[in-house]
Amino acid sequence: MINLELAKKHQETFDQVMLLAEHMMRPYSRKYDKEEHTYPKEMEEAAKLIGGGRSSMSGGAKKDLPEGTVVNGGNMGAVVGLFGLCWGDVGLFLAMPGSGLGNAAISAVGTPEQVKKYGDSYAAMCITEPGTGSDSANISTTAVADGDEWVLNGEKIYVTDGDRCDTLVVWATLDKSLGKAAIKSFIVEKGTPGCEVTRLEHKLGIRASDTAAISFNDCRIPKANVLGSSEIATDAEGRKKAFGGVMQTFDNTRPPVAAMAIGTARAALDMCQDLLKEEGVELRFDKKPSNLSSLEAQLYEMEAEWQGARLLVLKAAWMADNKTPNSMEASMCKAKGGRVGNDVTLRCVALCQSLGYSENYLLEKFARDSKILDIFEGTQQIQQLIVARRVLEKSSSELK
Amino acid sequence: MTDDAQDLLFDLTLTDEQRMNRESMQRFAAAEIRTLAQTVDGGSSPAQDFYPKTAELGLTLLPISEALGGAGVDRSPTSNALIFEDLAHGDMALALGSVVPMAFVNTVLDQGSDAQREKYLPLFCTGEFKAATTALLEPRATFEPTEPGTTATTTGDSYSLSGTKSMVPLGIDADLVLVIAKLDNGDPAAFIVEGTPEGMSRTPEDNMGLLGAQLTTLTFENVQLPASALLGGGNFDLQRFIDLSRLGICALAVGTCQAVLDYVIPYCNERVAFGEPITNRQSVAFMIADIAIELEAMRLMTWRAASRAEQGLDFHEHAYLAKVFCSKHSMKIGTDGVQLLGGHGFCREHPVELWYRNLRAIATLEGVASV
Repeated sequence: MINLELAKKHQETFDQVMLLAEHMMRPYSRKYDKEEHTYPKEMEEAAKLIGGGRSSMSGGAKKDLPEGTVVNGGNMGAVVGLFGLCWGDVGLFLAMPGSGLGNAAISAVGTPEQVKKYGDSYAAMCITEPGTGSDSANISTTAVADGDEWVLNGEKIYVTDGDRCDTLVVWATLDKSLGKAAIKSFIVEKGTPGCEVTRLEHKLGIRASDTAAISFNDCRIPKANVLGSSEIATDAEGRKKAFGGVMQTFDNTRPPVAAMAIGTARAALDMCQDLLKEEGVELRFDKKPSNLSSLEAQLYEMEAEWQGARLLVLKAAWMADNKTPNSMEASMCKAKGGRVGNDVTLRCVALCQSLGYSENYLLEKFARDSKILDIFEGTQQIQQLIVARRVLEKSSSELK
Repeated sequence: MTDDAQDLLFDLTLTDEQRMNRESMQRFAAAEIRTLAQTVDGGSSPAQDFYPKTAELGLTLLPISEALGGAGVDRSPTSNALIFEDLAHGDMALALGSVVPMAFVNTVLDQGSDAQREKYLPLFCTGEFKAATTALLEPRATFEPTEPGTTATTTGDSYSLSGTKSMVPLGIDADLVLVIAKLDNGDPAAFIVEGTPEGMSRTPEDNMGLLGAQLTTLTFENVQLPASALLGGGNFDLQRFIDLSRLGICALAVGTCQAVLDYVIPYCNERVAFGEPITNRQSVAFMIADIAIELEAMRLMTWRAASRAEQGLDFHEHAYLAKVFCSKHSMKIGTDGVQLLGGHGFCREHPVELWYRNLRAIATLEGVASV
């Protein structure tokens, strides 16, 4: 039965997370925005609370359910939690242990042993290289089998939490000439000889989160640390499938990043609406849209755009919970969430004029923070490309 | 509302009944509506000839109780929104005309008195199409639907109705018109006007689109109505009527935009320029991707407001925002549909210019198509 309200348990989760966000994150928002690269120690406590909540939520979910039973499970819980946490502060959230995408990859494709050993570690994801961004099939970092070990060589950039994490999930190719079928991901423990953080980026936003460049020089890791199969598929079908498996991780991580954009945009909207209310401008839902002032019309329009984007995120998460392939919907919500997040946060700055621009409020920070959410985990344009290929039934060689 | 309703899971699964109903609506829309849409719009086949065919859908028969001769099938606002969506996939103008008698019936069911239900609803259970409509809009810039300018003044035991209503679907043929007006005390009210009483005149409108919906201006000059014409004895919840209408209009927008998407995909995939299909180019492909994205958001916002109405939750803000969203994006999708076909889109040989003209009305319509 069609119902787009949150289940009671998820509404409760959201309410609790919002309290945590307000009291344990917001007070530190400006501090760690200013003190870039300083580890926000205060977030450890929040992370513990969230981690506890997470395991108690997933504990009951593994029952055998009759076919056709609708599930509101971990994916829904994750996006709902992120709405709240990133309403608090997306930069601080990304600086929390356990928030990294590495964890998502390990739990999505790891063996039970890998999940047991690394599932709860602070895991970061290393994909991007100086010469390779959205075209992640083009990476140059290599992994070569040598006895009981893999030997990694290459340079990774834009590793979120790369400095503070304990574990890295590293994309590397077994043989670049074999294309994307030869790309595998590997678990590397920080401190492994040959793995070194070489630089921390200075950024427009999410300054509380460290973004590292990491180099691998003859870095040796155990054979068991490959995620998924280390076989290189020989036929075209198998090759497609192999890389598809790696890329599927993104179907799981795109709705959460879209959820971050929703949370950040909500933060800006709430602050903007509070400031305008003091000037007597407020959402009353009485006059019809064509009879509103430009300022009012913008407020309603932003509210509507935000609601639409939020529902797309919930739909993608719902599909994931119910084992329905959601690659297109994941990209839809990321595209819409990303652009709505950028547009709304920046317009809130504009509508509040000098208050929006001032560091005495957080509006300018929300705008800066939101920008990355339309870039990482696939830019706006990459999401449009994925949606277009699905809608038009085009291959990646037809629609480049 | 029961506690159970609060424990519902987030879910986008249609009920079996909704699924079956969708199939028959979609079949009808493809076979009976789409095929006529352009000829009706062009004036070469009269819309009057089409509407009797809609009787087979049972749109008005189903929600009326068995005691009054109906089928007694409880139709939720969500189910109704799906019907609107599917019919509009055929054509928005003909869909609007098809559902407006249902809007009349639903409003009488929702807010009418027992006597009014007993008197009027059996007329919709004959198996024949019965033209009926609702009249809210007025021809005035800055018109606010919650503040009707049409007045109903009390004269002893009866009312005297004066004012002008615009964009009334089926306004030429409707035997029953629900007219929204303002009472002496300023409260909004709705009146059931039967036939064409003295002082009432009907003028067909010439509009940029929605030609098949037979939009009409109705003028009332001191039209005398008995007290029994006052819907529900005077406790009319105009805001609820408007909110349910907005949902219906949003659903019509969703169906029409889906038609645009379904049309541009094969067209652009087949259209070759510079030696390859134009959809091999990102500038074209991204436009289509954005139609798909915004359309899905339009649909979810409409469904959400409808499902809240179904559950008895407050849905005013949700319907309002769905209307804001659907007005903006349906217009964009309408114009992009034309753009994607280039010069061909501008010509009436293809239906995209018709959809463009019809979608322009989404932001204007307010008080029709109550779900």
